[in-house]
Amino acid sequence: MMAAVLEILTYPDPRLEELAQPVERFDDSLRTFIAELEATRCAGPAAVGIAAPQVGKGLRIVIVDVSAKPVHPNHGRMVLINPEITEWEGLAVGREGCLSVPDFTGNVIRAERIVLEACDPYGQRLHYRCEGFEARAVQHEIDHLDGLLFLDRLVSRRNDLFRRKVYK
Amino acid sequence: MKHWYMLTMVGQDRPGIVAHLTKALYEGSCNLGEASMMRLGTNFTIMLMVEHDGPLKSLREMVAPVVQSMDLHLHIDEIRGRLHEHLVPNVRISVYGADRAGIVAKVTGALASAGLHILNLESDVGGSAERPIYIMHIEGQAREGVEVLRSALAGAHTAGDGIEIRLEPVDTMMG
Repeated sequence: MMAAVLEILTYPDPRLEELAQPVERFDDSLRTFIAELEATRCAGPAAVGIAAPQVGKGLRIVIVDVSAKPVHPNHGRMVLINPEITEWEGLAVGREGCLSVPDFTGNVIRAERIVLEACDPYGQRLHYRCEGFEARAVQHEIDHLDGLLFLDRLVSRRNDLFRRKVYK
Repeated sequence: MKHWYMLTMVGQDRPGIVAHLTKALYEGSCNLGEASMMRLGTNFTIMLMVEHDGPLKSLREMVAPVVQSMDLHLHIDEIRGRLHEHLVPNVRISVYGADRAGIVAKVTGALASAGLHILNLESDVGGSAERPIYIMHIEGQAREGVEVLRSALAGAHTAGDGIEIRLEPVDTMMG
């Protein structure tokens, strides 16, 4: 049976600002929900990630999969339950958009490299080192679990610094 | 019937212009769309999308007291609103160098011929009066790919010409 595609909440829905709760039971109903969350991610416009609060579920569950853009180093599809970032390194400005904020994209500063602890859908411990685009996606999705949108982290386009580089 | 207008104003910058203008528009039941407001040199500049239930003449009369008291120049065009159709940039180009004639024409000429559609361009003149520095940021859509732009810039730009250019793809993370 095909998993149901769920409705995406959009700003200013107050449920997007709530703190999501840790998952405690790793059962079939959790895995059914994860299948629905993934179906919802894939039904939308080229999203590389989705978080449970975006479909109105206040649990600490995210999916990140940037493998459709193979130019970026990635771990394929990551289903992350109760994820925690334990290490951050470097900063980078990058462009972000969000299924919950249609027709707007903006620049956000994120850590370039992160170390991530989480559980899989059966409660087994996971450990990842992510960088670049994938690390950005993970940070964006975990923000949803803490009631934050990329709108909360926008930086100005105008005064961005840039590295010295000469084209010869 | 509601119409969209593009309201353009310029004048000597001073505190309070935006507040005065938007208050007048709010009290006239106008709805604001997208806007660019910026201090360029010592000038206040604004381009503002305004939705107004009435003809251009009545919008002009509505803002006339602000125009007069703030000593501004006003221009209004009727436009199509067309909100919610943002184009997403896929490339960003930053340029800086000692200010001299022709930097913008040279760079944007090369980029246009290589398929760039500019969505946003902002530039500043920094440094001092004796030694001005030109700084420009461009965001746009590279319709023929980012590498075509890179080659075009390399061709238009020689080492030692004093212009620093950085071109980087913008890969928007949608999550």
